[in-house]
Amino acid sequence: MIEKALGGTRRYWIWIVVLLAVIGAGTLVYLRQFQEGLTVTGLSRDVPWGFYIAQFTFLVGVAASAVMVVLPYYLHDYKAFGKLTVLGEFLAIAAVCMCMLFIFVDMGYPTRVLNIALHPTLNSLMFWDMVVMMGYLVLNVVISRVTFSAEQRKVAPPRWIKPLIILSIPWAVSIHTVTAFLYSGLAARPFWMTAILAPRFLATAFAAGPALLILICLLVRRFTGYDVGREALKKLGVIVAYAMSINLFFILLELFTVGYSDIPEHLEHLKYMYFGVGGQSTLWIWMWASGIIGLFSLVLLLVPKLRTNETLLALACVAVVVSIWIEKGMSMVVVGFVPNPFHEFTEYAPSASELTISLGIYAVGILILTGLLKVALDVRKHKPKVV
Amino acid sequence: MSGETSRRVFLQTTGAAVLGIGCGIPLVRALASEIEDEQGTGPRWAMVVDTRKCAETCGKIDGSPPCAAACHRIHNVPTKIEDPKEEVKWIWTEPYEHTFPGRDPKYLSDDLRGQDVLVLCNHCENPPCVRVCPTQATWKRDDGIVMMDMHRCIGCRYCIVGCPYGSRSFNWKDPRPHIEEVDDDFPTRSKGVVEKCNFCSEKARDSADGTWTPECVAVCPEKALIWGDISDPESELRKTLAERFTVLRKPELGTRPRVFYLV
Ligand code: SF4
Ligand code: SF4
Ligand code: SF4
Repeated sequence: MIEKALGGTRRYWIWIVVLLAVIGAGTLVYLRQFQEGLTVTGLSRDVPWGFYIAQFTFLVGVAASAVMVVLPYYLHDYKAFGKLTVLGEFLAIAAVCMCMLFIFVDMGYPTRVLNIALHPTLNSLMFWDMVVMMGYLVLNVVISRVTFSAEQRKVAPPRWIKPLIILSIPWAVSIHTVTAFLYSGLAARPFWMTAILAPRFLATAFAAGPALLILICLLVRRFTGYDVGREALKKLGVIVAYAMSINLFFILLELFTVGYSDIPEHLEHLKYMYFGVGGQSTLWIWMWASGIIGLFSLVLLLVPKLRTNETLLALACVAVVVSIWIEKGMSMVVVGFVPNPFHEFTEYAPSASELTISLGIYAVGILILTGLLKVALDVRKHKPKVV
Repeated sequence: MSGETSRRVFLQTTGAAVLGIGCGIPLVRALASEIEDEQGTGPRWAMVVDTRKCAETCGKIDGSPPCAAACHRIHNVPTKIEDPKEEVKWIWTEPYEHTFPGRDPKYLSDDLRGQDVLVLCNHCENPPCVRVCPTQATWKRDDGIVMMDMHRCIGCRYCIVGCPYGSRSFNWKDPRPHIEEVDDDFPTRSKGVVEKCNFCSEKARDSADGTWTPECVAVCPEKALIWGDISDPESELRKTLAERFTVLRKPELGTRPRVFYLV
């Protein structure tokens, strides 16, 4: 099976070499970080978590969103998602791997990271996050392997896999819920201390994840001819539309509670995030961009005539991913730290090293996804046309 | 921990994860902590900071007050790091308005406005830093001191995120070249771990009766810092608390700080 990943056209190999080059650059910079410490990042006393943890948070959402194709297909026997589920599961696997790498590179003392497992600490949400992420990875690897090899041999998948598939559904919800709990249970950080953080995480995940999946499907179809079907893409578009609307609704709920109650400790973070009050950073411009792009995507998604046009759907999906990435991958973590417990505004911007390492990790994820897809699609006898 | 026990602990934790009860545990703990703490018979250490005495004595000096300088000297704190973003510090001063936020700064009495207030780890009775640490590298001793195990810490900085008082420092780079003069009586740290005030617990080693005086308390010329056993009604500390009005930093958060302030 593995050998399938190794045969391919020139285009495929150029793609692989590019990815490997980015991974190489990321690794080199990481080695420097390993030598010199996290001083190579833009992090500080006041903003101890930043870009890495934010990417982790965003990608947990991508991983969890696989449930949006698994659930209709397996629970409701929605046949149109038949060719899609494996893509969803692969995306989940790649995303979980990236999550783990982002956590790893964020560690100050990476060689001791196993201490989390050696000294299991039930009251730490970080421990639980590790448990659910590992479990989710195992579940997805097992499920995709077993169902895939059954399909290959043209037999029905073994019956014991069904309970695992069912289990993977609440499990997907749990990974993002626990990730939200990482933040939302801290009295020290009023910005995150809101019960709606977990639902918001899920809404953004179920918008950005399927949007990403649509884009991947379109790319895969373009380069390999493997077509998941118009019906599947249309349905995914509907899911993105719902999730994005709910996300926007949740944001309004948050704004109301914080704005109307007018408690300075909570309000200050929002003022900083949307108007830059107190600080010097340009984060607020990004946040406005995120909002406008999000609204724009919603228009495209909510009007059925626009949504069913594949080009516009692709555009809407790019907009959804960008809007949510800015919110989760740039601002959500950082704003929790500004102002700090002493009411001082310390700015944060990721350093070039941080960005290079992050790019490297994204390249690892894309490489994993490419490899998995290559194997799966070759086996499915959809000879790659160009890639 | 024996192999068998750790295996059992592991199985239990995994089992609990499957059942999804993990999220309930901090809650149960939080509810239980009211009953759980302040049991036991030994001493429980606490401190009172007399901010007015501090202001009168050290209010005018530039740089670190003597207490901070002494603490940092004996604990090998890398004070030569200039970048405020990467500073490591165990005890330092912050303006009154920043230490006790939430009061209307406009109508603050003149002597309090901008007054420097000493801050250090509060050794909270219900410490969120301990609650969040995934490795128990920070934990609370029976005598109330919140300790750091710099050999177990993985540098995840969750404790810094969880501490509502900014009391913790992370070693963004190797601290050793940035120590003024290394004191061999206290370990130096490596890059990538968190550190903070330990109430000078290392001094217990040389003490016959199990009590000691923290360095910052000992060097203060005006005795502005009072240190003692909060479980002993006869201690100077308890008497001060009984007689005078003290405030805490962010008491509404339920962390129950053990550093009290006379204002
Ligand atoms: S002040 Fe911060 S570091 Fe010290 S015990 Fe309390 S929460 Fe922990
Ligand atoms: S940085 Fe160290 S002490 Fe702090 S939470 Fe992580 S492992 Fe625990
Ligand atoms: S009690 Fe000891 S460790 Fe803590 S600030 Fe004072 S001198 Fe430093």
